[in-house]
Amino acid sequence: MIRAILIFNNHGKPRLSKFYEHYTEDTEQQIIRETFHLVSKRDENVCNFLEGGMLIGGSDYKLIYRHYATLYFVFCVDSSESELGILDLIQVFVETLDKCFENVCELDLIFHVDKVHNILAEMVMGGMVLETNMNEIIMQVDAQNKMEKSETFIFQSTRQDR
Amino acid sequence: MALKIVKGSIDRMFDKNLQDLVRGIRNHKEDEAKYISTCIDEIKQELKQDNIAVKANAVCKLTYLQMLGYDVSWAAFNIVEVMSSSKFTYKRIGYLAASQCFHESTDVIMLTTNQIRKDLSSPNQYDTGVALTGLSCFVTPDLARDLANDIMTLMSHTKPYIRKKAVLIMYKVFLKYPESLRPAFPRLKEKLEDPDPGVQSAAVNVICELARRNPKNYLSLAPLFFKLMTSSTNNWVLIKIIKLFIQVLKYLGLLAMSKILKTHPKSVQSHKDLILQCLDDKDESIRLRALDLLYGMVSKKNLMEIVKKLMLHVDKAEGTTYRDELLTKIIDICSQSNYQYITNFEWYISILVELTRLEGTRHGHLIASQMLDVAIRVKAIRIFAVAQMATLLDNAHLLTGNMQRNGICEVLYAAAWICGEFSEHLENPMQTLEAMLRPKVATLPGHIQAVYVQNAAKLFSTVLKSQEGSTEGTAAQETSQLMIDRLPLFVQSANLEVQERASCILQLVKYIQKLQQKEVEVAEEVSALFAGELNPVAPKAQKKVPVPEGLDLDAWINEPPSESESEDEQPKAIFAKEEPKHSRSRHTEVDEKELARRREARKQEQANNPFYIKASPSSQKVYQESPGVEHIPVVQIDLTVPLKVPGLPMSDQYLKLEEERRQKERADKKKKEKKKRKEKRSGRGRRHDSGPESEEDITPAHMVDIVTEEMPENALPSDDDDKDPNDPHKALDIDLDKPLADSEKLPVRSHRAAKVAKSPVEDGDAENTPPSQEPKKKSSKEKREKKKDKDRDRKKSKEEKKKKKHKHEEKEEDLLGGEADEPVVQSEDTTEVVALPTSTNAETYILPTPDNRLLTMSSTSIFLFFFIEQKSSKHKKKKQKKEKEEKEKKKKKKHHHHHRHHSDGGADESVQNGTVEDEEPLPPMSNYCLLAENSYIKMMCLTLNHKVCDIQGNLQDGSQVVVSVIFENKCDSLLKSMEFNVLDSLNSKLQRPEGSGPHDGFTVPFQLPPGVSNEARLVFTVQSIVMPQKMKGTLTFIVKNEDSSIHEKLDFKLHFTCTSYLITTPCYSDAFAKLLESGDLKCSSVRLEEVNMPFHHLLARICFHHHFSVVERIDSCASMYSRSIQGHHVCLLVKTSGQTVSIDAKCDEPTLLGNVLDEIKQTFSQC
Repeated sequence: MIRAILIFNNHGKPRLSKFYEHYTEDTEQQIIRETFHLVSKRDENVCNFLEGGMLIGGSDYKLIYRHYATLYFVFCVDSSESELGILDLIQVFVETLDKCFENVCELDLIFHVDKVHNILAEMVMGGMVLETNMNEIIMQVDAQNKMEKSETFIFQSTRQDR
Repeated sequence: MALKIVKGSIDRMFDKNLQDLVRGIRNHKEDEAKYISTCIDEIKQELKQDNIAVKANAVCKLTYLQMLGYDVSWAAFNIVEVMSSSKFTYKRIGYLAASQCFHESTDVIMLTTNQIRKDLSSPNQYDTGVALTGLSCFVTPDLARDLANDIMTLMSHTKPYIRKKAVLIMYKVFLKYPESLRPAFPRLKEKLEDPDPGVQSAAVNVICELARRNPKNYLSLAPLFFKLMTSSTNNWVLIKIIKLFIQVLKYLGLLAMSKILKTHPKSVQSHKDLILQCLDDKDESIRLRALDLLYGMVSKKNLMEIVKKLMLHVDKAEGTTYRDELLTKIIDICSQSNYQYITNFEWYISILVELTRLEGTRHGHLIASQMLDVAIRVKAIRIFAVAQMATLLDNAHLLTGNMQRNGICEVLYAAAWICGEFSEHLENPMQTLEAMLRPKVATLPGHIQAVYVQNAAKLFSTVLKSQEGSTEGTAAQETSQLMIDRLPLFVQSANLEVQERASCILQLVKYIQKLQQKEVEVAEEVSALFAGELNPVAPKAQKKVPVPEGLDLDAWINEPPSESESEDEQPKAIFAKEEPKHSRSRHTEVDEKELARRREARKQEQANNPFYIKASPSSQKVYQESPGVEHIPVVQIDLTVPLKVPGLPMSDQYLKLEEERRQKERADKKKKEKKKRKEKRSGRGRRHDSGPESEEDITPAHMVDIVTEEMPENALPSDDDDKDPNDPHKALDIDLDKPLADSEKLPVRSHRAAKVAKSPVEDGDAENTPPSQEPKKKSSKEKREKKKDKDRDRKKSKEEKKKKKHKHEEKEEDLLGGEADEPVVQSEDTTEVVALPTSTNAETYILPTPDNRLLTMSSTSIFLFFFIEQKSSKHKKKKQKKEKEEKEKKKKKKHHHHHRHHSDGGADESVQNGTVEDEEPLPPMSNYCLLAENSYIKMMCLTLNHKVCDIQGNLQDGSQVVVSVIFENKCDSLLKSMEFNVLDSLNSKLQRPEGSGPHDGFTVPFQLPPGVSNEARLVFTVQSIVMPQKMKGTLTFIVKNEDSSIHEKLDFKLHFTCTSYLITTPCYSDAFAKLLESGDLKCSSVRLEEVNMPFHHLLARICFHHHFSVVERIDSCASMYSRSIQGHHVCLLVKTSGQTVSIDAKCDEPTLLGNVLDEIKQTFSQC
C-alpha cells in the first residue's frame, strides 16, 4: 500500500500532497517537512530508497523518491510494494504529466494542482496502484477532460443565449 | 431562473479562480498568511451563493489551501453540495476535495451515502469512476456496509475501467467491513481471470494485500497465481530500471541477502567481508541494511571479529543517529538469543565498558541494562564485572563531564548497583565506597543517586565485615564516620527518593556507630540486611502468575449497595448468600482438614510467587537452551586472564587471548584425536579429519552459567504476547473456504434487490466445500482403551476433588435415574450404561490453578467424577461395595454449597440444571475423535477449554485451548522421540516451550512400549474464536526394534470446532431471562429433521458434544446456555415436535452462533 504521495520542490514547498491515511493538517505539514528534510540531504548518486520518517510510520515504511530538476517526487510505501515497481510508477507518473502538460515544469504543477490530482487518481486509488499503462492513463484523463469541456461549452452557450 | 444562472455566471467571471489564488499567494510572499485569510473570507462569501459553479470554484481553491496546511473542514457541507452536482466538472472537484479532507470522524459523511450510491449507478462511467476514487479515500465502516453490495455489482460492470476500480476499492471495504470479505471473495477470485489486464492486476493487488496479512487463507489460490505469473505479460519493466540504478542494486542485494539469510544462513556468512565493506559506504541506507544483515550472521566464531569491526566504525562514525544505531546493533548482536554467541563474557564486559566512552549517545540505559543483566545472570563473570565497575565508578568524572545531557551516566547506575550487590568480590571495597560518596555524585540524576546511596549501604556492610574480622576496631569506626560525614549531602537532595534512602541509612549508620563505640560486633547483623540472592525475573512473569483457584478478580469484595445485579451468573456470589445454612454445624469437624488444605494451598502459592524468596536457591536452573552449549565440555580457564586491569580494559586484548586460547584448544584436540586415532586404527578405519573448525568445537572460556529468568511454575509459555491487537487486518483473517451462512449476506437495499439476482452467495455455496465432519464413531477397542484412561484420570481427579470441594454443588434432586456401579460412560457393556446428567458444571473447574496436576486431568473425567458423586450421594445404599468411597464423599458433601433457585418448586415438571429422573438411559458418547492413524500409531484428540482471559473476554490476550492427544502404539516395537508439530496459522498457534523457534515441534514427553497408550497435552493460542479452525500437522517418531530403528511420520489435520471454544457454564433461569431481555444478542435458528431419539437424549447430546447446560426444561421444550472462552453468551431454545427439532439461538457474536449451530446440525445428521 502507498501511504502518501508528495511532490515538493528543492526548497520543500509542497506542490502536491496526497495522503491515503488520515492525518490532521498540521501533521501533514510536519510530514512534508520531515520528508523533505530526509530526502533533500541525500546525495544525487545514492540509492532512491530510505526508511520513512517517524511521523509517517517509522522504519516499517519506505520512502521511494526521484528527483527531477526542481522537484522531488516521493512515495511513502509499506513493505508490500516493490521498490522497483514504485520507481517505475514515478517514472510513468512524470512521463504522463509530461504528455498531459506538454513539457511539464514546476509552474504547471503550481497552477494546476487539481489536474495533477486528476491524473494521479487514474494511477493510484486509495493507496493501491490502479494503472501503470501510460496510454491507458492518458486516454482516460483525456476523455474526462473532453467531457469537462463539453460541459463548459454548454455553460458558455447559455451565456451567449443572453 | 434563467436569469439567475446568467447572473451567477457573470459573477463568476469576477471571482478568483484557482490560478488567480496561486498567483496572488506568490505575489504576497511577505504577508502570505494575511492574504490567504482574506481569500478564505472571499471563499466563505462564494460558498453562500446559490450558484453551483461559484461554489465549485470556491471548493477547488479550498482544496489547494488544504495542501498548504489550512483546515477546511468547516466547508465539509459545501463539499457535499458540490459532490452532488449533476455536472461532472463540479462533481469531480467535490470528490477531490472530499478525498483530501474527509475522514472517519467527518460527520457529514453519512449524508453522502445516497449520493454516492446514485453516482455509482450513474450511466456515465466517469461519474462512477470519480465516486469510486473519492470513496476509496474516505470510506467509513458505515459507508462500506451500506455500499458493499453496490460495489460488488460494479465488479461485473461492462466497462473494464469501472471493474478495475471496483475491484480495487473492495480491499478498502474489506478493511472497514470485514463481514463483506466472504460473500465478495468468489467474485474477486473470478476477477483474477478477467480478460482485461488492468482488472486482473487490480485483483492480484487486492489478493496480495489480503494474503500478506493472513497468508494461510489464500493458499488455495497459489496455482492460479502461478498461472498468472507465467502467462501475464508484465508491464512493470524491471530490467530497464535495474540498469538505471547501480547503487540501487547494492541495496537490493543486501535486502535479498537478508531474506536468504533467514533460510540459508551458511551461504551468506561466506560473504561477511563484503558486507563489512558495505559498512563503509557513504550511503546511510546501505549501511543500515548491512548492519541488519550482520545481526543475522554472527556465530560463536565470528562474533568477536564482527564486533571489533563495528567498534571501529563507532569511533569513526559521524552523526549521532548512525552511531547510536551502531551501538544498539552491537548490543543486539551480542545479546541475541540469550547471549548464545558469546563465549567470553570478560570480553563482552570490556566492550560495554568501552562503549561508555561514547559521547552524546542516548543509549546509556541500554548499556546499563546489559551490564546488569550479564552480571546477574552469568555468575562466573561477577568477579571481573565488579572489578571493571569499580574502575568505572572511580573514573566517574570522565563520564560525567557533560552528563546531564548525555545519557551515558546511566551506566553509573549499573556500576553502582553491581558493586553494591556483589560487593563480596570487590578488591578494595573501601576505595569504591569512597568513590561512591564523593560530593560530585550529587550532580548525577536523582534515580542514579538513589542507587548510589542504597549500594553505599551494601558496601558499608561488606567493609564492616572485613574490618571487624581484623583486629583493629578503629578501622570499622572510621568507616562509619565516613558514612556519617558524607551522607548528609544526600539527605539534602531535592530528589525525594534519594533523601528518603539517605536519611534512613544515615540513622542506621549512626546507630551502628553507637554500638561500635560500645564495642559490639555488628557486621553480621548489618550484612543480614542485604542477605539473599536476587534472581532475575522474566519480564512476562507477573502476567503469567495464574489467578489462584477460587479467586475471582471480578467478584465484588463487598456486595454492591444496590440490588441491580443484572447478569450475575457467578455461582460464587450466590453461594455466599446461602453459606450460613450449611457451614455452621459442621465447621468443627472439618477444621483439621481444612487447615491442612489451606496450608498446602499457601505453600503452593508461595512456590509460585516469583517475589517470594525461597529458602533454597534450587530454582536456579542451568542454562540449557541452545543445543550447542549443552554438550560442550566445560573447560576450566587455564589461561591467566588478568583480573586486575589497570585503567580501562581493551577488548582487543581479549580478542587476542581468545584466539590464542582457541588455537591452543584446537591443538590439544588434535593431539587427543591423533592419540585416539592411533588407538582405534585397528578397529574402524579412518575417522573424519577435523577440517575447518565447526561451531560446536568452540568451547566457551567460561562455564556459561546463565541463570534463566524466573517464571511462575505453571505459567504457560506463549510467544504471541507482543502481538498488536489493534491490527485492522486481524479482522480479515477469515476462512474463505467455508460456505456462506444466511446471516453473512451483504445488506441489500430492498429497492435494489433485483439487481443482485445471482448473488455471490450462491456462487460461494456452489464452489465451496462443506465443513468437515464431526468425529466419527469409534470402534469398541478404542473405547476400551479410553476406559482405561478414564479410570486413571478418575483417580487423579479424586485428589483434585478434595481440594475443590468447596466449589462443588450438591444436587440431590437433580439426579438421573439408573444404575451406576461402574461410572464409565463410554463403556461398551450396555449393562453398565449410565444416564448422563444434562447439566454439568464439570468443565468450569478447569481453571488454571497453582497445581499442575489439574491441567493433566481431562474434562471428561471431571465430568464423570462429578457425576459419580451425584449418583453416590443419592444411591449410596445401593452401592455397598463402595462404602469406603462413599464415606469420603459424605464428608465432602458437608462442604458443598448447594444452590437452587426455586428450591421448593419441585411440584411441576420443570427441572432446573438437570433432567427428570425416570427417563431412558442414554447411549454411550465420547468426544474423543480420531486424529490420524497408521500401522504404527493412532492419535485420538479431544479439545478442552482452558480459559485464560478474564471474564470480560479480553480478546487482546487471545485464548488458550488445550488439546489432549492420546497416542496409542499399535505395533510391536517401541515408539520413541515423538515430535508433534503443527503449522501455525496467524489465528491459531501451538505454544512451544520457551526458547524454541516458531517451527520447532513439541517433543512428546514419553515413549510408547508396544500396545501402550498415553496422553499428552498441547496448548494452543487462538485469537479469534468465531470461526472453526483447521491446522495441519505432522507427528514424527522413531520405531525402534531390537536391531533397527526407522524414522516414521504421520500427517494429521487438527480441527478446532467452534464448539470447542465453548465452556459449559451453569446459568439460572432469571439470569438467563435477563440476558435474553438485554437485547444485545443476535438471533438465529436451525431445524433438525428426523431426529429419532428421546428429548432428554437430544439434550444430553447437545450438552455433551457442544458443552451446553440446561437452564430450564418444560415438557418438550428446553432452554440451554453456554459461554465461549472469550465470554460470548450462547443461548438456545430447543423445541421438539415429533421428529422435528427446532433450535432458536441467540448470541452476541453472530458468526460464532452460525458456526455452533452448523456443528450441532452436523452432530445430529450423523445419528
